[in-house]
Amino acid sequence: MDINELRGVHTLVIMAMFFGIIWWAYSSRRKRANEEAAHLPFDDEEVEKRTLEQEKTENKR
Amino acid sequence: MSTVNANLTYNYKVVRQFAIMTVVWGIVGMGLGVLIAAQLYWPALNLDLPWTHFGRLRPLHTNAVIFGFGGSALFATAYYVVQRTCQARLISDGLAAFTFWGWQAIIVSAAITLPLGLTTSKEYAELEWPIDIAIAIVWVAYALVFFGTIMKRSTPHIYVANWFYGAFIVTVAVLHIGNNLALPASAFKSYSAYAGVTDAMMQWWYGHNAVGFFLTAGFLGMMYYFVPKQADRPVYSYRLSIVHFWALIATYVWAGGHHLHYSALPDWAQTAGMVMSLILLAPSWGGMINGMMTLSGAWHKLRTDPILRFLVVSLSFYGMSTFEGPMMSIKTVNALSHNTDWTIGHVHSGALGWVAMISIGAIYHLVPKLWGVRDMYSTPLINLHFWLATVGTVLYIVAMWVNGITQGLMWRAVNEDGTLTYSFVESLEASYGGYLVRFIGGAVFLTGMLIMAYNVYMTIRQKEAAPSTTAAAQTA
Repeated sequence: MDINELRGVHTLVIMAMFFGIIWWAYSSRRKRANEEAAHLPFDDEEVEKRTLEQEKTENKR
Repeated sequence: MSTVNANLTYNYKVVRQFAIMTVVWGIVGMGLGVLIAAQLYWPALNLDLPWTHFGRLRPLHTNAVIFGFGGSALFATAYYVVQRTCQARLISDGLAAFTFWGWQAIIVSAAITLPLGLTTSKEYAELEWPIDIAIAIVWVAYALVFFGTIMKRSTPHIYVANWFYGAFIVTVAVLHIGNNLALPASAFKSYSAYAGVTDAMMQWWYGHNAVGFFLTAGFLGMMYYFVPKQADRPVYSYRLSIVHFWALIATYVWAGGHHLHYSALPDWAQTAGMVMSLILLAPSWGGMINGMMTLSGAWHKLRTDPILRFLVVSLSFYGMSTFEGPMMSIKTVNALSHNTDWTIGHVHSGALGWVAMISIGAIYHLVPKLWGVRDMYSTPLINLHFWLATVGTVLYIVAMWVNGITQGLMWRAVNEDGTLTYSFVESLEASYGGYLVRFIGGAVFLTGMLIMAYNVYMTIRQKEAAPSTTAAAQTA
């Protein structure tokens, strides 16, 4: 195979990967997982509170 | 989702340390920037000493703001975000502490060696080989802490901010080691492993991705956590953030060739760099829109919350400079802008408007949380800082636009007989007004940082006074 054909195939493979990622990210099967992931920054308030409280008791000692 | 481990706590110590150093290096680095801006207007400020010369202080300014200020902000927020979104403590407190002290030692050694004139002369990679090795070691430790923490996460998903931080850490390791391969000649002198135009290509592959991964991907990680958190609503589109991530990291690494337009670099490589830079507009704006639209339905919060204003205005500057960048990478535009102050203006609309503003917003969000108080000591002072930062940035970039286009036009002007219309010194004289405005803009921005330092100091002091009152309340 000529090197230029390989380059053309490479472009097509990269394009297919790009559209594959879009198809995967936007598929309805991923909807729930995406929503769960998007909510992660709001799920750990109790750990934060515990961290600060534990540090407070350590400082008192 | 509930927490798996009921005894889980986070390592906030290392985050606090890096957060404070972000402010410290911000003031040092921007102070140096104001000083060298003043030197361009009042050359006598060179003091006629080699150590205080513009040529030696300029790399110290760039190293202090990029690696000191920006680096500390990235370490602080990456360690904070990875713990909170993975619901896991950093995998090793000791290794995290090593990255803190190691990174500070590296910045201090930069502050010693650069004024002494010890430099590889590679832009943004000036530090000599012993320091480069130290950087590589600290960086590997950073990667171990970060990815180790992701591996022990108690959440099923890896939040998108961590993808950006992870790409930033991996790529910067590859870039740093690749570009700095050199043969040591003595303790503080080395020769690059590459020669001629290959060296230039390696340098700008590194240089542009220092912008793309150090100053963009990492800060996009910051954006994806702190904008939703401060606006108190999830990111506008998580699906878009996935496409944003893969498109951005796949494109950025190819854009560096635009730094070498009309040079000895083969034409096809220059054109490839230009085309990839133009394509970059799409993922850049996809990310910006995703951040902005997170506020849809909550725009009213901007009226009362200056921290959110910092974050959102940083996204506006990001959108502006990621439009300007692709335009400047077009060869015919670059023929006008190359080597002029326009480039300096472009860098600073990204560095002050995007990188600094989003970091400042993130630090204002972090400090009260890390020290366990409700708010910063003074919200009006944050608001004042916001306006100083915005006015300072605008003064700076407008001055550099005017200067850059003036210089570009004067340099290319020719008389009918083909001789140059202007000498270089004439273009320098025409630039003086812009240099003064740039100095003022920088000084205004620096003033904002000093106000931030006061506000952070008072917030921490407030917290140190607080335990006695809570203890009194408990006994009562």
